[in-house]
Amino acid sequence: MHIEKIINPLLTLVLAPLLFGIIYRTKAVFAGRTGQPLLQSYYDIWKLFCKGAVYSKTTSWIFRLGPIVGFAVVVAAATLMPLGGLPAIVAFDGDFILFAYLFGLMRFFTVLPALDTGSSFEGMGASREVMFSALAEPAFLVGLAAISKQTHSLSLTGMLAGPDTALWSQIGPALLLVAFSVFIVFLAENSRMPVDDPNTHLELTMIHEVMVLDNSGPDLGFITYAATIKMWLLGTVLVGILVPHNGNVWIDISTAVGAIFMLAMLVGVVESSMARLKLLHVPQFLLIANALSILALILVLR
Amino acid sequence: MSLFIWGLIIIFAGGLASLISGRRSGLACVFGALGAVAGSIAAVIPAFKVLLHGITESFRLNWSIPFGSFFVQVDPLSAVFLIPILGLSAIAAIYGVGYLWAYRGKKNLGVAWFFYDLLLLGMVLVVAAKNGILFLLAWELMSLAPFFLIIFDDEKEKARDAGWTYLVATHIGMVFLLIFFLILGGQNGSMDFDKIGVIDGLTASFLFVLAIVGFGTKAGFMPLHVWLPEAHPAAPSHASAVMSGVMIKIGIYGLIRAMTFLGHPPIWWAWILIGIGASSGVVGVLFALAQHDLKRLLAYHSVENIGIITLGLGIGVLGISTGSPTLAVFGFGGCFFHIINHAIFKGLLFLGAGAVLHGSGTLAIDHLGGLIKRMPWTAVTFLTGAIAISGLPPLNGFASEFLIYLGVFKDGMSHGLVNIIPVLGVIGGLALIGGLAAACFTKAFGIVFLGQPRSKHSQQAHEVNFAMLLPMVTLAILCVLMGVFSPFIIRVFRAAISNVTLLPQEVVQGQLNAGSSILSNVVIVSVLLVALICGLALLRKWLLSGRSVEQIETWGCGYACPTARMQYTASSFAQPLVALFRLFLQTNSRDLPPKGIFPDRAFLKTDTADTSSKYLYQPLFKWIGFMLSKLQWIQHGRLQLYVLYIALTLLMLLIWKAL
Repeated sequence: MHIEKIINPLLTLVLAPLLFGIIYRTKAVFAGRTGQPLLQSYYDIWKLFCKGAVYSKTTSWIFRLGPIVGFAVVVAAATLMPLGGLPAIVAFDGDFILFAYLFGLMRFFTVLPALDTGSSFEGMGASREVMFSALAEPAFLVGLAAISKQTHSLSLTGMLAGPDTALWSQIGPALLLVAFSVFIVFLAENSRMPVDDPNTHLELTMIHEVMVLDNSGPDLGFITYAATIKMWLLGTVLVGILVPHNGNVWIDISTAVGAIFMLAMLVGVVESSMARLKLLHVPQFLLIANALSILALILVLR
Repeated sequence: MSLFIWGLIIIFAGGLASLISGRRSGLACVFGALGAVAGSIAAVIPAFKVLLHGITESFRLNWSIPFGSFFVQVDPLSAVFLIPILGLSAIAAIYGVGYLWAYRGKKNLGVAWFFYDLLLLGMVLVVAAKNGILFLLAWELMSLAPFFLIIFDDEKEKARDAGWTYLVATHIGMVFLLIFFLILGGQNGSMDFDKIGVIDGLTASFLFVLAIVGFGTKAGFMPLHVWLPEAHPAAPSHASAVMSGVMIKIGIYGLIRAMTFLGHPPIWWAWILIGIGASSGVVGVLFALAQHDLKRLLAYHSVENIGIITLGLGIGVLGISTGSPTLAVFGFGGCFFHIINHAIFKGLLFLGAGAVLHGSGTLAIDHLGGLIKRMPWTAVTFLTGAIAISGLPPLNGFASEFLIYLGVFKDGMSHGLVNIIPVLGVIGGLALIGGLAAACFTKAFGIVFLGQPRSKHSQQAHEVNFAMLLPMVTLAILCVLMGVFSPFIIRVFRAAISNVTLLPQEVVQGQLNAGSSILSNVVIVSVLLVALICGLALLRKWLLSGRSVEQIETWGCGYACPTARMQYTASSFAQPLVALFRLFLQTNSRDLPPKGIFPDRAFLKTDTADTSSKYLYQPLFKWIGFMLSKLQWIQHGRLQLYVLYIALTLLMLLIWKAL
């Protein structure tokens, strides 16, 4: 194995928490505030890892297993993800299916601990989570099918090698459709507006936050850290679809990382300029993503 | 081959001995289970030999029945089905001893075991039969025996109704099979499978449709599935496990076997199969989501998994039809692999549901809760099955779904826009099914095993006995092993796939090797995942050592005395999805919402009846009943006239013959 393959997951682990900082800073600028430090997520995660823990009496070992599985999943998924010109540590035909299903496993082990607490708030969040993700999954995989068809590759490393000008002129519209669809999935899966509001203070309206209400200490640290890495990885997919490569590995990596940071700023802009959708309207929003993916697939199969 | 025949004899002898033991429960259990286990071990050895070494063995006796012969043969395709049938039936038989023990003295266990062994015998014979008449007789045996298992609790009206529904459905399917084999035999002049020549053209398509309906009724294709959610919950759990885990798969076996007689498939057969697969899969899992009874929920999941299997089959047929070895091998490979995997995890889940019933006394999901503390072993095994059936890595359910996906991604998209339907059906369908299945099983496991007990039933639940735990633990371990060794396991399907697709063994081998090396990458990532989980658990232990770890109440916005009834229930958990898909589900709900500042009384009752039963079969059977009632004057109860009918019929037949 080449040593530079390690750079990619290392970058992911080191830089991912910065994304939250960028989003919050963007929102603060829009609201005319100074905002928290860019590195606030790092401080938060560190602080949580230094704390003790409080567990609900109702919970069982499932509750303790959940955060660990979640974190292990994102690290395992990071090994499948290329970045810039760097290939993934493990690349094989169909790895994107495993990638998508690994997040399914993570969701399974976020929802079960939520139900383990016996809290009706967390049940509510869990119920919404499984519904929205069931609708997001087809959009993601059908979108990637279109990309796979057009890049003649079945592995994330080949699919996200960046479009060249020839590809853009051929299937620009399809690429844009998939990118938009993946962006919607990205917002939904990372519990951002307009699907979920991570800053809300009312348990009744939360989705992801409410499922982890009873987690504390290192467990919450794992969950927060895993959430940032998940955002990084799904962001990498989007960037890989859209941002072309130069050929020089170092330039490519810096553009890719820069593009992910831009994506975080875009999320900040979306969150500052949009209100959260009514929960009943979220499925329609996700159906848009499905429709776009299907359209893209029709365009490339034609 | 003689070992195989001996296996059949042992199974039958075990059943007979337990029937004779009758109400002496101990003896009945011993004979019944021993026959199933010993017979299965004897019969499974030849099946393994066929798969590993590719030697087909056969046994033939002549029969006096016209066209009939006792021609049994274990070829690779039979072996693929024989292994799960025998394996799961033997494991479920051990469970059955522990499960039926509670009924000792109350029920005639000899009869229950007799029909269990007959069911096993029937299934094995169907899969091994190589003569049309023998096949139909075995099919009838396999179809009749479960009826007596379904009405095991015959003092309950629901069980009797379920038995009746099952009996009608299975015989409607039988009618189509009868016509199928009559035409097949008529075309060839022989019913022996090795003498049946390939049929082509319009007749082939007609036979294909007959096979879809006839075998699809057994398999539970939407909308022929209506008997399934009635019958499976009614039977004792070890019988439900066998029925759901392997019996319905014999419908798939029949379909595949039938297609080997029908020559080169036109492309629309593949489209039909994919359409059936996607609709059965999605609608099956949606109905499962809306259920309130654990075993009913599992029964609908069988419809869903038959859908996934049919998607694989459809991809395989698409491969044969378009001449793509990749599609053919990955499609059939995924189909076969999922058949075995589903037998394991669905068997496990039904046994788990039986354990829940045994330990708590109820299967109503909304009355359960917190069982993980009272039934820890059942909980672990049920969780394993739940992850596997949701198709999540690193267990076996993912491996087989992955193969089907892979086939489509590898070669499904290279034939132009005409393929948009299969591609969308498989990719979108599998993704949606996967998401919904995860929703359904987080509901099933989360509400039944986690949280606080919602009723006295779950408060007083207790772990089940060893005879019930051992089979569940075995199946759970198999779920893991089949996932870990998936790269090796798919290679054994070589001969079977080659027989069905008519591709040379080397081509099949090449494709399977490609699939196997891809799967080994999946296993690498899975091992990494498990290692990470273990490492992180140690890390957290180290982090928390010496720090304060407290136990308090669950957060309830400061409310300190919540009751168990305030928890989210299965109905509330599934409500948003059920509401979103109300077009398919047509859920009935009656409610009295709380009114005023101090509401005294409120209720909500929801019930999701099967739409195809409600809007298709009930009106149809009502109409048939109405039409037939017009013929009632023939049936007046006068014996003399009945004799006259017989004489007249005979006379007419003789005239017809003479003409």
